[in-house]
Amino acid sequence: MSDTVAFPGAGNPHAGNRNPALQEQFEHIEQQRDASNFGIWIFLATEILFFGGLFTTYIVYRMIYFPGFVSGSHLLERHLGALMTFVLLGSSFTMALAVHSIRLGKRKLVVLFLILTILLGVAFLGVKFTEYYGKWNEHLVPGIDFHPSANDLQGATPQSVELFLCFYFFMTGLHALHMIVGIGLLAVMALLTWYGKITAEHYNRIEVSGLYWHFVDIIWIYLFPLLYLITGNRH
Amino acid sequence: MSTAVVERPLYNPVNYLNVKHTLKSWLLTTDHKRIALLYLGSITMLFFVGGFAAMLMRLNLLEPAGAIVHPETYNKLFTMHGIVMVWFFLIPSIPTTLGNFLIPIMVGARDLAFPKLNLLSWYIFIFGSAFTLYALVSGGVDTGWTFYTPLSSLYVTTHVMAAAAGVFITGFSSILTGLNFIVTVHKMRAPGMTWFRLPLFVWSMYATSVIFVLATPVLAITLLLIGLERGLHVGIFDPALGGDPILFQHLFWFYSHPAVYIMILPGMGVVSELVAAFSRKRVFGYKAIGFSSMAIALFGFFVWGHHMFVSGQSVYAGMVFSALSFAVAIPSAIKVFNWTATLYKGSISFDAPMLYALGFIGLFTIGGLTGLFLAALSVDVHVHDTYFVIAHFHYIMVGGAVMAYLGGIHFWWPKITGKLYPDVWARLAAVIIFVGFNLTFFPQYLLGYLGMPRRYAMYPAEFQMLNVMSTAGASILGLGYLLPLVYLIWSLRYGPDAGPNPFLATGLEWEETQSPPTTHNFEEIPVVTQDAYAYENMGIPNV
Repeated sequence: MSDTVAFPGAGNPHAGNRNPALQEQFEHIEQQRDASNFGIWIFLATEILFFGGLFTTYIVYRMIYFPGFVSGSHLLERHLGALMTFVLLGSSFTMALAVHSIRLGKRKLVVLFLILTILLGVAFLGVKFTEYYGKWNEHLVPGIDFHPSANDLQGATPQSVELFLCFYFFMTGLHALHMIVGIGLLAVMALLTWYGKITAEHYNRIEVSGLYWHFVDIIWIYLFPLLYLITGNRH
Repeated sequence: MSTAVVERPLYNPVNYLNVKHTLKSWLLTTDHKRIALLYLGSITMLFFVGGFAAMLMRLNLLEPAGAIVHPETYNKLFTMHGIVMVWFFLIPSIPTTLGNFLIPIMVGARDLAFPKLNLLSWYIFIFGSAFTLYALVSGGVDTGWTFYTPLSSLYVTTHVMAAAAGVFITGFSSILTGLNFIVTVHKMRAPGMTWFRLPLFVWSMYATSVIFVLATPVLAITLLLIGLERGLHVGIFDPALGGDPILFQHLFWFYSHPAVYIMILPGMGVVSELVAAFSRKRVFGYKAIGFSSMAIALFGFFVWGHHMFVSGQSVYAGMVFSALSFAVAIPSAIKVFNWTATLYKGSISFDAPMLYALGFIGLFTIGGLTGLFLAALSVDVHVHDTYFVIAHFHYIMVGGAVMAYLGGIHFWWPKITGKLYPDVWARLAAVIIFVGFNLTFFPQYLLGYLGMPRRYAMYPAEFQMLNVMSTAGASILGLGYLLPLVYLIWSLRYGPDAGPNPFLATGLEWEETQSPPTTHNFEEIPVVTQDAYAYENMGIPNV
């Protein structure tokens, strides 16, 4: 806030030599860094509870409608799921390299790694939407265009397969939404770094963005087996 | 608490209120004290919206056949009363006003850890309230505040989605506020301000914040799932399509029971401060009160099933939830005993804030003990969904949380505004509220025990006497709530200057800041050398 206090020296944190990157509510830069790191960890805890409610619901219905969920997971293409997992793990690697580089003060390298991370993120979303498009063509979109063939159902009730696909779209969609937010965040960080707004002394915005990005990866690491891999012992 | 000896001016004429006067300087402020006032204005307005709905309900219940509104309108009234009061008044009440104002000062910081996030929380709150008020004026919602499925997701044609969207959005305001408080308490404490020197208000706000960040996201996802079911007609919660309505109740109460502690824990924090200040004593059992706040926050996550004893939940689950619900009574009782012990041999004065605090202790005890009736499986079968439940949680929420909120607003009013309110009027209002409250809600215990169900616009003629008493009480209560609005606003213009510490209370906010504080609270960050509540050094105020 630019409000200044007219009284001499009164409560004015701008008096004296302060690091320009230090926000006025903090006393020193370590405190500021600690606060943002701690803040993002708490935010990630809220995200775990957010997805946690969804995972719980998924597991409850998996138990109630086991045959439908088995048939449903056979409708997903594992090789695409595996490809997305590799792409996303790669993006986490480049993200980690970006955080490492900003600590060393290598700004151009940071921008390069951030752009690589963004590209891998976009590649992930590309595969994801290809998969969605496939489901659309097969008339397997719950609530909108759901006309499964007998081969799709494999003996399960249409309702239970629809419920599985509903969770599939909702969980991966919510994850994709987090990816899109992350890509936007990393783009801003790349610009700020390019223009020298983020430096080695004050790198925690990159670190915080990195933590978010890794978290979104971890959600996928749980989604992939839950939706694609644990298909039951039907065959 | 004392600081290193620093020569400083006694009074700075430029404070956080008069530093700038433009509308922009308020709407774009990042000062936690100004944001607290933005919240104070918003939730006061919403409180009277929710109160208006309650008043119409009470008037309708004057006659067995319903005196003024159609039963369908009545459904909408109790729904709006519940939604507005729970999410737009009680949950934000103490945290966003007193919490925002006091936490940075109490821990010895210039502001919260994330001031911009704090302002964002307010805008999110306003945005969410707008959705909900839209649902209110465009025809209302009639699901009850609990949004039970499949009624809410399939059968109802009212504006459920707008109301649920408002609650969903407002949830993020709670999450961000909680996050901000937790980081502030961890990372922003002044030198020497150890965890066990923190005022108990800060402990209770910390416990509240933990619930904010861990419970609210579950409500968010649950409301999204309702939206999904309504939008796509897939059977997530609707049994006709293969969904599980009990699962909705599990998810809803996994948030909404801890949310009860979001509403009461801040009140307990306020009362700890008031009891110490007006009996001129250290709080008895400081650590026990601090840890019992954390225990309530923790246990609060494991008792949600006691809302579902008659919903078709497994009997064995019911037994576990019943036992755990009894367990919550232990930390609550620890607090009540400690406050009472603090009063023992204290120099008690009955200023208005103390009247609210004493009212809180008595009413919270009644509300808490009747909660044990409800936690008992077999008794709950008899009184479930009756007025007994209504009376129980109003004793906690109104007799507890609202009394503490008003007590806190009165106690810190001189600090917030720099003005003294007329104490005689304030005491009168406190007594009127206490009397009105009991007359409103005590008959409801009797009604519930006799079997009058909640949420009905009509009732058998033999219940009329008790209903008329309750409505009469509600009128007195309404008057009691209007009084502070009048004399507190009056005091802004005509009240005498308060001086830095009119109650001679302990704490950084009283001892180290002027009234009203400057924008950055302290000239120098204080160095804390004492425990909280060192009242033996403070003397007795001569008022």
